Amino acid sequence: MLWFLTALVLALMGLVYVQAARKAHGFAQQQGVRLHSRPGYHGWYAALWTGVPALIILLVALLLQDRLMTAMVRGGLPAEILALPPERIELFLRQAEALAFGYEDLSTIVFPEAALAAAADHYERLKSLIRGAVLALVAVAAVLGLVMTRRRLAPDLRARPVVERFVNGLLILASAVAVLTTVGIVMSLLFESLRFFQSVSIFEFLFGMKWSPQIALRADQVGQSGAFGAVPLFAGTMLIMVIAMITAAPIGLFSAIYLSEYASKRARDIIKPVLEILAGIPTVVYGFFAALTVGPFVRSVAETMGMSVPNQSALAAGVVMGIMIIPFISSLSDDVINAVPQALRDGAYAMGATQSETVKNVVLPAALPGIVGALLLAVSRAIGETMIVTMAAGQAANLTANPLDQVTTVTVQIVMLLTGDQEFDSPKTLAAFGLGLTLFVATLCLNILALRVVQKYREKYE
Amino acid sequence: MTDMAASTSSSASTTDRISKSLVKRRRAEKRFRLYGQIAIGFAVAFLLILLGSIVKDGYRAFWMHEIQLNVTVDADRFAPEGQRDEASLRGINYDAIIVQSLRDKLDVENSRTNRKALRDLVSQEFGFVLREKVLADPSLIGQTFSLTAPLDDQADLYFKGEIKRSVAEDNRPLTDRQLDWLDELKSQGQIKSKFNTLLFTRSDSTQPEIAGLWGAIVGSFFTLSVTLLLSVPLAVAAAVYLEEFAPKNKFTDFIEININNLAAVPSIVFGLLGLAVLINFFGMPRSAPIVGGVVLALMVLPTIIISTRASLKAVSPSIRQAALALGASKNQSVFQHVLPLAAPGILTGTIISMAQALGETAPLLMIGMVSFVPSAPESVMAPSTALPVQIYIWENASERSFRDRTAAAIIVLLGFMIVMNLAAVLLRRRFERRW
Repeated sequence: MLWFLTALVLALMGLVYVQAARKAHGFAQQQGVRLHSRPGYHGWYAALWTGVPALIILLVALLLQDRLMTAMVRGGLPAEILALPPERIELFLRQAEALAFGYEDLSTIVFPEAALAAAADHYERLKSLIRGAVLALVAVAAVLGLVMTRRRLAPDLRARPVVERFVNGLLILASAVAVLTTVGIVMSLLFESLRFFQSVSIFEFLFGMKWSPQIALRADQVGQSGAFGAVPLFAGTMLIMVIAMITAAPIGLFSAIYLSEYASKRARDIIKPVLEILAGIPTVVYGFFAALTVGPFVRSVAETMGMSVPNQSALAAGVVMGIMIIPFISSLSDDVINAVPQALRDGAYAMGATQSETVKNVVLPAALPGIVGALLLAVSRAIGETMIVTMAAGQAANLTANPLDQVTTVTVQIVMLLTGDQEFDSPKTLAAFGLGLTLFVATLCLNILALRVVQKYREKYE
Repeated sequence: MTDMAASTSSSASTTDRISKSLVKRRRAEKRFRLYGQIAIGFAVAFLLILLGSIVKDGYRAFWMHEIQLNVTVDADRFAPEGQRDEASLRGINYDAIIVQSLRDKLDVENSRTNRKALRDLVSQEFGFVLREKVLADPSLIGQTFSLTAPLDDQADLYFKGEIKRSVAEDNRPLTDRQLDWLDELKSQGQIKSKFNTLLFTRSDSTQPEIAGLWGAIVGSFFTLSVTLLLSVPLAVAAAVYLEEFAPKNKFTDFIEININNLAAVPSIVFGLLGLAVLINFFGMPRSAPIVGGVVLALMVLPTIIISTRASLKAVSPSIRQAALALGASKNQSVFQHVLPLAAPGILTGTIISMAQALGETAPLLMIGMVSFVPSAPESVMAPSTALPVQIYIWENASERSFRDRTAAAIIVLLGFMIVMNLAAVLLRRRFERRW
């Protein structure tokens, strides 16, 4: 219904545009009349005034109607239903809604049918009421806009500045979406985490040594006490990150040095795209590779040395994550090294330094802040990477520094806690948001730090 | 004078020392160079091993084995009273018919274990195909007709050489007798191998031999459509504002910092945002492509903004000045001249971002796109999976055949990505313009 109205309003806007533009064109045909704005702008002017208020009303209705209806039905519930626990009331409302609007609802009905039917009836009445109200409002807005602009259309109407101001407003709104996204991320993580920290203390979360998020379903269950000490996850994340960086940093750095200092242009043109392919491969593919090729390989090598190792290990996940990060480090460092002015190199050569001495003693020190920044960004990437560790590192929350053990990371646990069916409000799912907040803060700090390092220590050569 | 003599002798010894050290330094130079080559060699080798292992695992899944059998729906046994109504037709034990025709073909004695062993050789799909055929045309009852259906995944693996006779009977899923039957059927020409079209036309299934990617491809298509429709207008508008209109002030600085930070936020955090805001707050459906599309749009927004700004920057200022000089307003110069000239660059950046979004998995897991969906979604609101998520789901499955299929799904996914990236490269080549 609302979608249909939206389409109708858009069609009306098109019609109004054509009409107004034609009218303005008519003005222009008259002798001695000069239009202030071109006819198209008159068209836009009229169409915007007709359609935009109506569209705003529709958008608000679309976003709010469900919440409004549910709130009002909830207000009108009989006392016997209101006496139920909150999650039962939610279920009741959902079933009433399903009954009213003919959705499929797979849960069996356990409520008194009369009450359910009454609530469903309430839903239907409200819905038709809202429909009527929206229809009336939209019609009034559209007609008002139409009448007003019809009167205003005249050769000297300053349509262009108005339309341009509107367009610029839209542009600003679009840029603000980035800000809104950040705000949304921070608010949602913070809000859900606060609810989590109401049931689990923040100190236990940050410094607790035991992680077993399984909560007893019934009070009499044994051995199932939820423990939310995230230190094993932080340790696992660190371990995998360190393995990844040990793999990626030397390879990435040396590749960058070779590409920017030694390779011929032809070699560079071939090797750079090849490295970029590594960057373009989806992480789930790396995860598959880590789980089914590298993991068993690590295991068989360890077995020939007489160790028993599981298929999933920190080493397999870490090394593959390192491979994934190589192009990240190499392309960032490559840019930084290329930005070092040739004069510095020429100076070193003039002093008799060999090429490698120049690189080691002149180019790298000059590029160091940028390289450190690149490495910090790579660390942030490694911490936030999800699929490789989910598929290849295991789920056991071991507190260990042995790279051949299974470990688990922050991102793995977020996936584990949130996939599958569960109640949204249990501490188990809320814990995922606590972990998400930690992850967000950690990567944010690393990114800001990286930016600072680059800005503060960058040598300026102009 | 002694000074002079000392200095000449010392300079001689310095030259001496330097020429001696030169050997060492040249060796160090060579070593350093070698490190660089080794590093690149490692990176390239990793890439080749990665792609090689995937092709090695995956190529088999593009072929399948089909069995062709003559089946007889025995009228006396299955419809003794001539029933032709749908309920009793559905009630017929079609598996028994297939086992019967296998027994006839192979001349196997009728015992419980034999029936079970024969039953396990062909896909459950055979029964469904037969049932649909009989339901569509009840006159087939009492007749003998030929029917083709996939083999069971284990039998398929035997013909692909994955299950070997040399392995002890207890350690493989098929018994010696079953292998003999399969060989016999093959030698009679009943079993043929062909290109696995089911992989592209079917959706997910618990039976590996009929599990396909169609549902995931449609799901990815819906998801990416939402992403495209949402992210491109927003990102281009934001980039145009920041590059062409924005005054240099605190607010625009703040926006720019935000965009740069968003580009580095882990993708899983966007998934959490989608779960908390879109699903729990706005009550959008779980597992639906629309939610996935919105989340991915927010994720690729910074990338498209950055690439759009780069292509706007690349448009020569003389274009802007010429438009302004001819009396165009600032808006007119931007929208009628600069933006069209920047369009190829914007398009290239967009395609690359879409390829990135196509491969993204973690945020989709957060919003519940990991459920088992046995059919293709009908709309952006219907439960669905996506290609990378399907890979994750299959990777978790225990059957051996799913491993091949996972690798095949990866090949398909990489194929899509290669096509998109090639398109981007070609566009860039075709339309790139330098001032």
